[in-house]
Parts: sequence; C-alpha cells; structure tokens
Amino acid sequence: MSTKYATYETAWCPGCGNFAILDALKDTLNKLNLSPHQVLVVGGIGQAAKLPQYINTNGFEGLHGRALPVAIAAKIANHNLKVIVNTGDGDSYGEGGNHFIHNIRRNVDITHFVHDNQIYGLTKGQSSPTSGLGHVTDFTPNGVFNKPLNPLTMALSLGAGFVARAFSGEKDHLVEIMQEAINYKGYAIVDILQPCVSFNKVNTFAWYKDRVYKLKDHDYKDKVKAFEVANIWDEEIPIGIIYKEEMPSYTDNFGFLKEKPLIEQDTSKETVKKLIEDFI
Amino acid sequence: MEYNVLIGGEAGQGMKTLTSVFSQMIHKRGFYLFTLADYMSRVRGGHNFFQLRFSDDKLYSHCEKLDVIIALNQETCDLHLGRLKEDGVVLADTNVKSNDSRLVTIKAKELATEVGNVRTMSTVLLGALLKLFGLDEEYLEEIFSHKFNEKITNQNLESYQRGQSLVEQKFKTSKGNKAERLLINGNQAIALGALAANMKFYSAYPMTPATSIMSYLVTKAEEAKIIVEQAEDEIAAINMAIGAASVGVRAMTGTSGGGFSLMVEGLGLAGIAEIPLVIALVQRPGPATGLPTRTEQADLKFAINASQGEFGRIVISLNSPEDAFYQTTRAFNLAEKYQLPVILLSDQYLADATQTVNLFDLDKVAIERSIEDEPSSDYKRYALSETGISPRALPGYHSGVVINHDSDEHDEEGNITESAQVRNDMVNKRAMKFSLAKNDIQEPKVLGIENPQILLLGWGSTYSQLKDAVELLNENERRYGALVFGDIWPLPTKKFLDSYKTSEKIINVEQNSTAQLASLIKETTGKDIDLNILRYDGRPLSADEIIEKVLEVE
Ligand SMILES: Cc1ncc(C[n+]2csc(CCOP(=O)(O)OP(=O)(O)O)c2C)c(N)n1
Ligand code: SF4
Ligand SMILES: [Mg+2]
Repeated sequence: MSTKYATYETAWCPGCGNFAILDALKDTLNKLNLSPHQVLVVGGIGQAAKLPQYINTNGFEGLHGRALPVAIAAKIANHNLKVIVNTGDGDSYGEGGNHFIHNIRRNVDITHFVHDNQIYGLTKGQSSPTSGLGHVTDFTPNGVFNKPLNPLTMALSLGAGFVARAFSGEKDHLVEIMQEAINYKGYAIVDILQPCVSFNKVNTFAWYKDRVYKLKDHDYKDKVKAFEVANIWDEEIPIGIIYKEEMPSYTDNFGFLKEKPLIEQDTSKETVKKLIEDFI
Repeated sequence: MEYNVLIGGEAGQGMKTLTSVFSQMIHKRGFYLFTLADYMSRVRGGHNFFQLRFSDDKLYSHCEKLDVIIALNQETCDLHLGRLKEDGVVLADTNVKSNDSRLVTIKAKELATEVGNVRTMSTVLLGALLKLFGLDEEYLEEIFSHKFNEKITNQNLESYQRGQSLVEQKFKTSKGNKAERLLINGNQAIALGALAANMKFYSAYPMTPATSIMSYLVTKAEEAKIIVEQAEDEIAAINMAIGAASVGVRAMTGTSGGGFSLMVEGLGLAGIAEIPLVIALVQRPGPATGLPTRTEQADLKFAINASQGEFGRIVISLNSPEDAFYQTTRAFNLAEKYQLPVILLSDQYLADATQTVNLFDLDKVAIERSIEDEPSSDYKRYALSETGISPRALPGYHSGVVINHDSDEHDEEGNITESAQVRNDMVNKRAMKFSLAKNDIQEPKVLGIENPQILLLGWGSTYSQLKDAVELLNENERRYGALVFGDIWPLPTKKFLDSYKTSEKIINVEQNSTAQLASLIKETTGKDIDLNILRYDGRPLSADEIIEKVLEVE
C-alpha cells in the first residue's frame, strides 16, 4: 500500500470492506503517478463517504446524496483536477438517485466509486436500494419487499460510457479497474461490492467470494452483451469492465475550455462593457 | 410631462412585440420609461397586460391612472376603463365595444390584412398610439429590421403608417433628452452584475420569476466564457454552485421560494464548509406554488432563518436595477471575504419591470478575491484566527498543500471531529467572522427628509414606490421621509434608531401579510412599529396607494 497519501485512524469496523477500497485507491493514485494536490476526492455522507477524510488528497465531504453535483461542478471549474467520488450505495442510488441519472447524461469526466454494501451502514442497518428481496433487517422485519435497483443496467440504459463492477475482496483486480476508470475520459461508474460486517449479515464476505468471477473474453464494446453481463446476479456475479465506449465528455462542448480550465479564464471588462451597452 | 399607457390582451396576440417596440421607440427618443408586466401563469390566453409609464424625468415606479389603453380584446377595455383619466383614450380594433365616449376604434385588423399580414394588426395600433402623442416613425425601421426579415419589416412599416393616418395628436410631448441610458429589468441587472464580478459558473433550475437570469446568461455564455448549467433540481443547482466555488471560481445559483426551499440544506453546507456562494432569491407569492407570476416580499424571514444550525449569512434586498447590478458585484466580494453564503433578495416586481436607468459604470466595480496565493506547507483550510476568517487557498495549485472541505463539524484541517473543544472553537470562529461582516453592512437608503415627522419603512423593491410616494407627499407638506433597507441581514439599526427618536409616526410598508420587517426590527431593536401598509394579493403596491393609506392612518 502506498504511504504517499498518508494513513489516518478511521472510524470503520475491523473487517469492513472499506479498508480494502481505501488501500486500493491509494495504490491506484500511486500507480497513476498523481500527487495529492492534483486529486480531489468527494464524498456524500455515510460510512463509505468518510473516505475523503482518510486520504491525503484534496477532499470535499458534502451532504448525503449530493456528492455528484459537487464533484462534477468542481471538475468543470478546474478540469486539471482528477475528481473522484467515493460514496455509498444509499448515497448514490437512494438519496442521490436523481443526480446519478442526470450526471450519466451530463458525462463530466469524473470517476464514481460506489461502495455497495447493499445496506445503510452509518444509520445502522436499514435496507438500501440494492438490498435483495427478502433481506431481513431491523427495519424490514418481514424482509425487503421493494425490488432492488440494478445500478449497472441503469447506467447502461442511460448511456454511461464506462460501467464496471468490482469486489473489495479482489484488491489487485480492483486497482486495475480503478486505474481504467480514472483514465477514462468521461463519467465512469464502478459499483464495488463491499461487505459490511456489522449490518449486512446476508451479503457477507463469503457470500460475495463464493459468487464473484472475473470477466474473461468479454467484449466490453458490445452493449447487448454488456446488458446481459450486468444482469447476472445471485448465483454468480461477474466483476470487471462491463462496458466502455469513447465519447465526448461535458467539457468538450465548450471551445474555450480547450485552452485552459474555467478557473483560469476571466470575463474581460470589454466584454462586460459591450454586454451592458447592448441595453442602451 | 408624464404619460401612462396600458397594453392588454391575451398571451399570443402580439402584445409583447407591441410593448417592446413601443418601449424602445420611447427609450431611444430619450424619455424615461417604467414598464410593469402583469401576466398570468399560462402560455396562451388569459388576461395579461403591460403598463408603460414614460416621462422626461427619471421614473421609479408604475402608476395606476391611465392616459391610454390599447385594448387587444374586450376584456382589457372592460377591466381597466375605470382607471382611465377623464381625457384618456381607449384605442382598439372595431371588434371592441363600449358606450364610453373615450373609446376610439380603428380597423386595425382589416388594414393589416390589406397590407398582407394580419399579424401586423398590433403595428397598426402602434402607429395610432404614437400619433396620439405626436410621435412619428423615428427608430421604427431600425427596431423592426433587428427583429424581422425585410419583407415582414416592410409590412410592419406599412401597417404603422396606416395606423398613424387614422387618429389625430391628442397629447403634448416634450423633446426627449437623449443620453446613453439602459432599458433593463432587475433580473438582467443581476445577471450583468454577476458577469461584471467575473462569475464563472451559474447553475439553476427554471422557476418563475428567477428564470430570466439564467436565460440571459446562457445566451452570453460563449462570449463571456462562463458555464451556465441547467441542473436536474434545485438541490443539484446549489450543490453544483458550491462544488464550483469550492475549487475557486465565483459561482452562483438563482431561484424563487419553492426552489430555495429545496436548497436549504445546501445553504447550511455553504455555511459550515465556509464556501463563498451567491444565491439570487427572486420572490413570488407562496407558499408552495402560490401565484407563480406575481409579486410578494414574504420570504424575508425564510431567507434569514433557512437551514438547521447556526451560521452567518448576509441577505441583501435589491432596491432597483442599478442597485441590483452593483449589489450583485458586491455580494461576490462579501461572500469571498467572509466565506459564507450571500442571498440577493429580489421579487417579481423588480425582476420583470423594465425601466430606464443610468449606464452601469464598471469603474465603480471592484473585484476583491480574498484568496491566499502562497499557502505554507502546514496550511490548514479552517485555521483558527483572530478574525475568524481562515485564509482560503485553492486546491490544485500548490504542491504539498491539500484542501479539505467538510460538512461535518471539522478541525482546522477539515477533518471530521466530535471534540467538544473543537466544536466550540469552530462555532465561535464562524460567529466571529460574521460579527466582523457587520462592519460592511450598509445602512438603509434615506428618501425625502432625514429624521422626518412621518417616517415610512420599507425594503427591497418597494424602494421605487416609496421614492415616488415620499416625493409626492412632501409636495404638500414637507414632513415625510423613508428608510428603505437594502442590506437586511444582519439588520443595520443605526439610522432606524436615530429616526425612531425623532419621528412622530412610523409606518411600515411591505408586500406581505405579517409585516416581516417590522417583526425583524422588533426582534433586533426591541422597538414596536404599530402602523403597517401591507399588500399581499400578488399585485404591486403603487405610490398612489401608499399615499392614500398614509393619509388615512397618520
Ligand atoms: C438529508 C439526510 N438524510 C439522512 C441522513 C442520514 N444518513 C446518513 S448516511 C445514510 C445512509 C448511508 O448509507 P450508504 O450511503 O449506503 O452508506 P454506508 O454507510 O452504507 O457506507 C443516512 C440515511 C443524512 N445524513 N442526511
Ligand atoms: S458499519 Fe459496515 S460499512 Fe460501516 S464501517 Fe462497519 S462494517 Fe463497514
Ligand atoms: Mg451502504
């Protein structure tokens, strides 16, 4: 594990999948040769969303569900920053569901790592949008009735250009995928399966370990295949890059952003003067 | 010289073009104009009107008594005839009927059809209207050719001439006094202020009456090199603006009360994370959907108190388009100086009223960024300091320095903490910089006599009606004055307390039903204000109405 991004005391439970994700992220940034000041890690609120606190990069810990709007705007404002979102499944797909939908459409060049423990960890064990049918929690004593949301098919159908799944228990593989995701020019989502040892007694480390397999010979350019793979769940769970397509990202729509980032461009006094005089 | 014209009809009848062309012809001649828009929340039909007051002297508000009514339909004639002066004129097509001898009908539709374009009917009326004031076609071609192709322009010019030949001059006009002035509304002034302040990022979700800030900015985005993003909702809008501001660009969002309700958690985020943020809150009558296209000043306490927890924010209410322009530029400086949200409080009346104002002067605009350019290697984003202000460095520019922003209570480095000591330090730090901000707060504007016998109070857009009212009241007996608040939170109290001692009566004037300013004054100074003139039917108070009620209560 790289020490360049420092090691902090965390408030996570021993054995939590979040540790491996944090380590993987540090390794990834190291491999990509990124200095701490070049990276901005954004989180919402939740256990996963505490990650920005535990890594020595620029950080923004915002509101529950609102990591994406902060992250994309930060990127638009200074596209020289590598902007990475690390946050939970509840944060990304529940409270922040609307931003998830629309930021896929917007396609700003950021990376979204969802720590998907299929549970609300911080608030102590309520079901999340990805909790399986029948999942019994203290808050769903008769099991979850609501159908789980599939973030991957959702992302695919909304036109996301980089869709992947990973598992915190396969760290080297996770690092590979993180690198690809960060290097992808556009919005990249990686749904990372993450055991929550304290509150998710169904989808445990062993549960995931028994099911995940790395995708081999998968043509991630084939959208139909991608949908097929993204739908595989329960008995077996494929991990890897499910879909990837090059496409223009948000900032490509603005000619003036090609020269330099927004933050380094001023609206000249002459321009403002002219705009005022248009009202004469 | 001063006249007041009402143009009314259904949405989609060409009223907007008629109004805009008439306004420009009047403006370009060097007259001052004040146009009030009264429209319904629908795309077609309904009853809508514009009231255009013009004069050779500066105007501040609209006026109820009418000299001319252009009735594009029967309803306009029926509804507004009662406000027409004795020697006034209703000008309409022959399909409008009335026994009133002041009605003058012309075959506008028939003539327009003859010209080959029935849609130029309103231009026939325009020709007749200008003729009533003895004004010819000066500027007409220039204005039409800017809007339409040659064929349609020529049809309009022809229709205009036909209209001119149908009536005789009725009103005397002076020669306008031409100068470089702007014809602009409050929202456009806010948008220009933002550009003058070098705002780079504007995110918003459409909501009347704030939408036109965004629609203006988006048309100038390329030219001004700014990003204007339509967010998926107001929660996204404010969080985007916060994200952009957090890395160092000047960012802004704008909305009306409903959208601001959704932004409330974000407002608190800007408070605790100390992000400089400017929010335009353009009020309309609430709660919930309320009256979308009408005016009210009922979000004052909401703006001041929105969000859980305690933190400083500055609320500036806007008095006029000039004020909106300069205050918007100032809002960005204050937001950055004190690293907190600044709310610009406007309303539909100011947002939509197009008026003649003096040219905005960019030499009066200062951009003060308050950014730390050379942070040391042990830089801390929330470093405790004597003023409560921590130097603000930007992420990405300083090797070895990282910037952390946090919505949790945090330590000096921006890391989450539950330490009681740090919590106290941080709450106190934020409170300290807010008390410091009080030094930058501007006292209310004084109208009429300073420390008068009869003192009127107001805030925000009622500045314009109060200005006219006080002037007229003083014509009879010089004993009236008004204090109109611009900066309203923190509430400046010095001038108020001075006048409080000397005035015999204080009358508070507001566009809401609960006298929120009076209650804020009571809360802040302990002083009671007993007399209120309140209007909350969604229509703007007029100077005449204020005068009438002042004379009633005093
Ligand atoms: C507006 C708002 N609503 C609710 C909460 C409480 N809350 C904090 S985190 C959270 C859910 C966290 O779940 P998830 O995003 O999956 O993160 P995890 O803790 O599982 O990593 C909730 C409901 C909050 N902080 N803010
Ligand atoms: S509650 Fe669950 S997600 Fe949170 S730290 Fe503990 S194990 Fe991890
Ligand atoms: Mg979770």
